[in-house]
Amino acid sequence: MSRVLSAAAAGLILCTTCEQLARHQSAPAHRCPRCGQRIHLRKPDSLARTTAYLIAAIILYIPANLLPIMHTATLVGGEDDTILSGVIVLLKTGSWPLAALVFFASIMVPMLKLIALTVLVLSIHLRWTSPPQGRLRLYRLVEFIGRWSLLDIYVLTLLVALVQLHALATVEPRPGALAFAAVVVLTLFSARSFDPRLLWDPVSK
Amino acid sequence: MPERLTFPHSGDGPDQCPGCYCEGMLDPGAPQLLACPQCDLLQKHAHSAPQSGGRCRRCGAVVAHPRHASIDRPLALALTCAQVFVLANVFPLVSMNVHGDIISTTMPRAVWALYQHQMTGLALLVFLTTLLAPGIQIATILTLLIGLRFRRGQRHFARLFRLVETIRVWGMIDVLMLGILVSLVKLAALATVVPGVALWSFGALLVLLALLSSSFSTRDLWHWSQERYA
Repeated sequence: MSRVLSAAAAGLILCTTCEQLARHQSAPAHRCPRCGQRIHLRKPDSLARTTAYLIAAIILYIPANLLPIMHTATLVGGEDDTILSGVIVLLKTGSWPLAALVFFASIMVPMLKLIALTVLVLSIHLRWTSPPQGRLRLYRLVEFIGRWSLLDIYVLTLLVALVQLHALATVEPRPGALAFAAVVVLTLFSARSFDPRLLWDPVSK
Repeated sequence: MPERLTFPHSGDGPDQCPGCYCEGMLDPGAPQLLACPQCDLLQKHAHSAPQSGGRCRRCGAVVAHPRHASIDRPLALALTCAQVFVLANVFPLVSMNVHGDIISTTMPRAVWALYQHQMTGLALLVFLTTLLAPGIQIATILTLLIGLRFRRGQRHFARLFRLVETIRVWGMIDVLMLGILVSLVKLAALATVVPGVALWSFGALLVLLALLSSSFSTRDLWHWSQERYA
């Protein structure tokens, strides 16, 4: 099977920005000969960065779910809403498809992402030798669904801007929203620093 | 019989990019070498169909995007995107009628409201993902395409290209659109909600951006730059 040759083994680097194949040189600041972007055989410190962002995201995941993300004040009093209670309110007002959507985007997706990234990172730390196809699919899923968790942040933004009815009702953001947004952004960074080619390196050698 | 890949020697390349594997470096009959961005497998591009796209043999990731013939189509779409983007941010998203009082907001004003509630971090995030990133993305694509169309601005091509590729992942108009719809349903419980011009504009922008990104590829841009700046 001498046909299975990775670009790295052939001394070539793929520029992930412009898709140009370039010869590997041992210069400290190696740039793509075509578009000028910095290029690397593998993303630098991929595993360390992915793990660091992931740990930060896992820690913030707790306040993100426990702290209220918004406060609604009405004539009859005020109430704090967390991510989960927001979904329950949607369910009670009768729009279950929407409740399912928000549940998926705000609760399922962040949890799935944290679990998937943990599996990916562990599989490389522990040098799994099983075929990487399944894990590559997991990585693509994380890349694809990751951004949809920002949904609740946008909903909050619009509610805060529009529900300012002075005496009748007001909506204010609460610190939980910041923690939640941080989890989403940190997992986005974590997924972006992960280099899927690392999954294949044990197979290619 | 195992196939052997042979590589040209360094320094064989055209003068403008020494050390790189341009298509022109290999003899015209030879297939193009490609590396998979997700598994790094080195492979040859299907010789028979140089215009079509291709997927990695081992993991199925896209290794070559299909080529597009026309530069005018993405240019027209980018121009439309720019106009619709302005509409989407200048006009009100929704208006609510509460006992005769009409309350409305635009997207930039909604971000400002978040800032005024001491949520600077959140405001910055929303500003970046819904205004700054899509704005820069559209403006940069437009500049690149106009430059290629009229054969001007070769000096800035590479820098603008890198900017587009970097900023692309941070534009989240699609997620925003869904967020707007969810908040409309939530608001409908409080008051009568009237969709504004910007709501329709964001919907149109979503479709236009999808059309724009499918009307040209990274590969096209570099092919056009080779053809037109030669």
